[in-house]
Amino acid sequence: MDSIISTSPEETERFGRRLGEESSPHSVFALYGELGAGKSTLTRGMALGIGVLEPVTSPTFTLVHEYRSGRLPLVHVDLYRLEGPQEAAALHLEEFWAEPVVVVIEWPEKMEDLLPRQTERWELLLLSEKERMIRRKLA
Amino acid sequence: MDRRKTTLWLGIESSCDETGVALVAEQAGRTQIVGALLASQVYRHRPYGGVVPELAVREHSRNLPLLVARLFREASIALRELGGIAVTEGPGLASCLLVGNAYARAMGAALGLPVFGVNHLEGHLFSPFLEAEESISFPFLGLVVSGGHTILASVEGWNRYRILSSTSDDAAGEALDKIARLLGLPYPGGPEIEKLAARGNPKAFRFPRGFPEARDLRFSFSGVKTAVRYFLEKHAEERGDPAFLADVAASLQEAVLRTLCEKALWAAAGGGFRILAASGGVLANQRLRELLEAGCHHARLALHIAPSALCTDNAVMIASAAAWKSAAGLPASLGEDVDPGLPL
Repeated sequence: MDSIISTSPEETERFGRRLGEESSPHSVFALYGELGAGKSTLTRGMALGIGVLEPVTSPTFTLVHEYRSGRLPLVHVDLYRLEGPQEAAALHLEEFWAEPVVVVIEWPEKMEDLLPRQTERWELLLLSEKERMIRRKLA
Repeated sequence: MDRRKTTLWLGIESSCDETGVALVAEQAGRTQIVGALLASQVYRHRPYGGVVPELAVREHSRNLPLLVARLFREASIALRELGGIAVTEGPGLASCLLVGNAYARAMGAALGLPVFGVNHLEGHLFSPFLEAEESISFPFLGLVVSGGHTILASVEGWNRYRILSSTSDDAAGEALDKIARLLGLPYPGGPEIEKLAARGNPKAFRFPRGFPEARDLRFSFSGVKTAVRYFLEKHAEERGDPAFLADVAASLQEAVLRTLCEKALWAAAGGGFRILAASGGVLANQRLRELLEAGCHHARLALHIAPSALCTDNAVMIASAAAWKSAAGLPASLGEDVDPGLPL
């Protein structure tokens, strides 16, 4: 499925769960969307789909959260606080996707040119207070 | 002071954006700050005024040796006077933690000193007892509220900490920062919201609170962020009105801070605690301090709040935790590796 309209956080989470279940080692997901669009909710669903047991919380301040309790390690990255590609480059995220892990990146526009070839891009659009469109985004 | 019984500790904090170093003197289980430096205070002349936090890895490795040298120089302390080294071993950003740990290990090996690994959250939990008249007494309820953490913990003794609640999505400080951006306020947003809120009416609007049912200790702050976003869209024509914005700031701040205060009081009542110890960057907020003071007074709880200057990330709390633990007879320990997800 390349796009859905979600009418609740639960639905967004369910969609994420499917993405998580289908993810494979070295998968990189880039999630685009404004504040409140549901990127973290989608990531929480992906974590469930991977089998992560720990609660998934926002990595805005710490930049990277790693979860190792699932079928694959999940690395949740949030570039919200970064100014641009130079700061993002210093994070050396390539070390993560060289490993058999799943990487999910929020605010990937901060490092567009540094994203690897296999990156799957998803865009979350705010349609109304409750509705979100989640769709595949072309590079 | 009898110098023979005084142990001098160097603290190193590099878990996130801030590089911090501190010297703390411990005598009979009481600590005193000898000196403390933060990179953000020393090297604040950046082209954009530090609007966006420095991506820290390279900064830490550049700052740390400079800060440590300056710390000893300014305190007129010689390296040989040092009795121990304390370093944050997690949670935090792995690469940042590694810089501090490698530095601490090398220094410990060179000087033949013990190196104490301290949990960053443990440092915050005990920071309300820094510069306090009263010494630490167990058990107490710890509240840590910052940009990266929102936790309530039962602190039963050294190394005996139990998380009662932590945020299920955004940290409280993070939510305030993001809402500040929605309001068009500069970074860091928390203090800006507080300034604006001081001129507004906290009862002007109602914003949702996460898990508001009585005695539900769970925290959630991402809902209020989304609610403010839509509220501002619905009131687009009033967004230029400073009085309106002040009312919005006051109302949403009240929703976030009252939630923190209420849940802390519920946890205290439910667990039979007599002491609440609050810390973390959001405790710099005067309104939160007032709410906690009033609430604790009413509930007959003794309240300790970390000194304002030591609410945000710092190395004093790291050095002091190690000093206290060592004085209590706990052995120095440092994990084989840093742990970005180190649990409390």
